[in-house]
Amino acid sequence: MVDIQNLSKCFKVGNDDLWAIKNVSMHIDKGEIFGIIGLSGAGKSTLIRCLNRLEEPTEGRVIIDGTDITSLGKKELRTTRKNIGMIFQHFNLLMQKTTYENIALPLELIGASKKEIESRVNALLEYVGLEDKRNVYPSQLSGGQKQRVAIARALANNPKILLSDEATSALDPQTTKSILDLLSRIRDELGLTIIMITHQIEVVKDICDRVAIMENGEIVEISTVEELFKRPKSKTARAFINSLSSDIQEEFIKPAEFKGRILRLSFWGDIVKKPIVSHMVKRFDIDVNILSGNISQLMSTSAGHLIVELTGSDEEIQAAIDYLKAHDVEVEVM
Amino acid sequence: MLELLIPSLLQTLYMVFFSTLFSLILGFPMGILLVITEKGSIWEKPTLYRILDGIINILRSFPFLILMILLFPLSRLIVGKTIGTTATIVPLSIAAAPFVARVIESSLKEVDRGVIELGHSIGATVPQIIFKILIPEAMPSLIMGVTLTIINLIGYSAMAGAIGGGGLGDLAIRYGLYRFQTDVMVVSVIVIVLLVQGIQYTGNKLASKISKK
Repeated sequence: MVDIQNLSKCFKVGNDDLWAIKNVSMHIDKGEIFGIIGLSGAGKSTLIRCLNRLEEPTEGRVIIDGTDITSLGKKELRTTRKNIGMIFQHFNLLMQKTTYENIALPLELIGASKKEIESRVNALLEYVGLEDKRNVYPSQLSGGQKQRVAIARALANNPKILLSDEATSALDPQTTKSILDLLSRIRDELGLTIIMITHQIEVVKDICDRVAIMENGEIVEISTVEELFKRPKSKTARAFINSLSSDIQEEFIKPAEFKGRILRLSFWGDIVKKPIVSHMVKRFDIDVNILSGNISQLMSTSAGHLIVELTGSDEEIQAAIDYLKAHDVEVEVM
Repeated sequence: MLELLIPSLLQTLYMVFFSTLFSLILGFPMGILLVITEKGSIWEKPTLYRILDGIINILRSFPFLILMILLFPLSRLIVGKTIGTTATIVPLSIAAAPFVARVIESSLKEVDRGVIELGHSIGATVPQIIFKILIPEAMPSLIMGVTLTIINLIGYSAMAGAIGGGGLGDLAIRYGLYRFQTDVMVVSVIVIVLLVQGIQYTGNKLASKISKK
């Protein structure tokens, strides 16, 4: 559905070149909710803006639904953009227009008749659950309601793709959840492909199928969300996952300060429910000291992480590690 | 007193009304052009921007009285004479147009960049962004700007009175100053003050009624 090939973007800052995106390539499937996560300044906002050319890419190509976006002329680009909905962190609603008029705007631009606009906007208002806010101005809406208006507006032209630029970053956790539910419903019922930029791992965890980790303008890791939680490869990914638990952070655990062996255990699915560690202690002559741990609920499964210190003879520890591995626990010696 | 005051008031209203109208017709497009042609804006034309910016600055640097005298030939060309209320509308409009352009420019610039980006993202053309997004969003601020223009023009029109433009300014100078009829001067000034107060009040009310922020 979306093919990004060797995309780069360079900003001129005085006489210096600043590469906000460096040689990014990825493929996003139809109907997928694809997350791009990174810290601020990682270049993710620039990346998503290159997809509909709100920012002009310096190099590379973006192919959406078979159309090479990067080669389009101005007029064709405008037509293509109508098939790419976009929502923003600060909603970007017109303050002088009512909910109804905001949602109607994209339809007005294509010269739809009053009747067509009316029936389409009414259907959208119902879809996002804002029928009662029809004639209200944005200043009287809550953050979550504003984003719902923005989502309805983005859907007005029946786009195939929805780009979300930090759409939940300005919202409280509960509202975030309801907006994510709505996006999820849009994918399931309308079959849209959704590309989401975020710095919140919770967003990725709750609704994304796959995720790309972005750092300094580069993609350092792309995987399914499950795989990311099971076996995070990059340091950034691990930091994001650790940020989910309020326990001791991994970087604060210095293996040199412990006598025993420090292990990072990852487990998921049914294993989460089994007393594996307890079994291990009974079976081998070792002691276990738990340093940090958490369980995250993913879309389809749960993933647990434990950081433990094992003390005992080397043979017993090795045997215990083998035992864990045999029971599908991912073990990493730190 | 009233038989002096009423015709002068009507002359002032006539001058101010038409010069506001014409200065808006001239200045509004200039203001829009300033905003859209600036670097990084929706219709980037740096050279056009610099030329426009320069012309507006030059026109605004002229003291109004001198500009008015310089524009006598133009008034003669358009209205057929250089003295009188109708003739004065020409220099008034031209003097106020660059002011209007700046006022419109600053109002439109207040519009949040996010909604312009939104315009691009839904495939709006440049005219659509201007007329469907920029102007409606800036409307309360534009109304304040027009109010400012009207009040400025009341001031200008009073000055224009001094060189044969008629109106309340003319009355104050001819009767009040030259003939030592202080009462006429005081009353004309009071009428001007009331006019300004009334227009400012109406402008404020209208802007806050329209504003949905």
